[in-house]
Amino acid sequence: MEKCNGVCFTNLSSNHPITCFMAFTTIMLFRVLYVIYRTGMPLGKRATPQSFSTLIVLGSGGHTAEMINLLLVLQKDRFTPRFYIAAATDNMSLQKALVLDNSFAASSGFKGISAEFMQIYRSREVGQSYVTSVWTTLVAIAHAFWLMIKIRPQVVLCNGPGTCIPLCVIAFFFKVAGIRWSSIFYVESIARVKRLSLSGLLLYKLRIADQFFVQWPQLQRKYPRAHYVGCLM
Amino acid sequence: MGEPEDGAKPKRVVFVTVGTTCFDVLVKVVDSQEVKDELLRRGYTHLLIQMGRGSYVPTKSTGDDGSLDVDYFTFSSSIADHLRSASLVISHAGSGSIFETLQLGKPLIVVVNEDLMDNHQSELAEELADRKHLYCARPQILHQTIAGMDLKSLLPYSPGDATPVAKLINRFLGFPED
Repeated sequence: MEKCNGVCFTNLSSNHPITCFMAFTTIMLFRVLYVIYRTGMPLGKRATPQSFSTLIVLGSGGHTAEMINLLLVLQKDRFTPRFYIAAATDNMSLQKALVLDNSFAASSGFKGISAEFMQIYRSREVGQSYVTSVWTTLVAIAHAFWLMIKIRPQVVLCNGPGTCIPLCVIAFFFKVAGIRWSSIFYVESIARVKRLSLSGLLLYKLRIADQFFVQWPQLQRKYPRAHYVGCLM
Repeated sequence: MGEPEDGAKPKRVVFVTVGTTCFDVLVKVVDSQEVKDELLRRGYTHLLIQMGRGSYVPTKSTGDDGSLDVDYFTFSSSIADHLRSASLVISHAGSGSIFETLQLGKPLIVVVNEDLMDNHQSELAEELADRKHLYCARPQILHQTIAGMDLKSLLPYSPGDATPVAKLINRFLGFPED
């Protein structure tokens, strides 16, 4: 009897970690499916006005110009505090964002700090070897995670540069883990007429973006879940 | 008619820009005798080249002998003034340069850099050329494009509008319609 109990007890204790793991995986799977299901569903109407902490991902050149055009037509008091992130090697974008955000503060007479500006490590520089890129991508993801933990934005605005992928993937993870539910808005670049960028393709196919905007009708025909919004520039 | 008393031609500047890129092929072709002759034939007097990170250096020329006045520089913090004083712009296919030029209402020839990997830039240039907002040319045939272009046939470009995006974002987040 005791022997049987001993044997039975040993079997149970060796299966315990496995059953725990399987239970955890199943829960996570259901959670991921739930997040994908809820992604893209509008948030309810709010009776009282609210402001959303907003992460704005900047990319070089044309990307920043398009993002600035979008920010100019958004009500600033609805999207505050604002966090601007650009790649570490991109000096111009944060400069332009600083000038822009200061002009918001000036026109609204707001005296406090409603914006922060940060740089993020790049996953890979142009021409970098793929071997070293594995390491730098991991560093970039870790850095992105660190920044996202600090910011925990409720809204993410991005429009194409590679820098947005780690940030959006982490935002999605935060949704799954219950750390923060964010609404992710992606505007594909005006330079993309017939084909999506790699960033766009990933965010569309993996259903990470809550709303996906395209500027040319050809893309809307190809990607029906996208919203055609015309040219921003 | 319309020419000043002293017989000098009115100043008509062609501004060439490669943005922050290296586009030696374009700079070289613009500096070629073929293209310069064609520009002169079409009534342009000055050629100003913004050469960016390129290594090919154009030859400066004062244009005293009736040839094209050629000058160049690498970068400037803003090319808006150069665009404004130009009668014709020849640009690489970067969206920033394209839209900055179109929004100023300047005639534009876009040259796509075929050496770039994954040349998605050509999509935008071709689409806007199809819509008759600009001319699109390969470097080898630039002189032909200049010879045959009819700038009056270009359609003005109406500036874009980001408010449709803002409306959708606001609606999604539950804000009341304005």
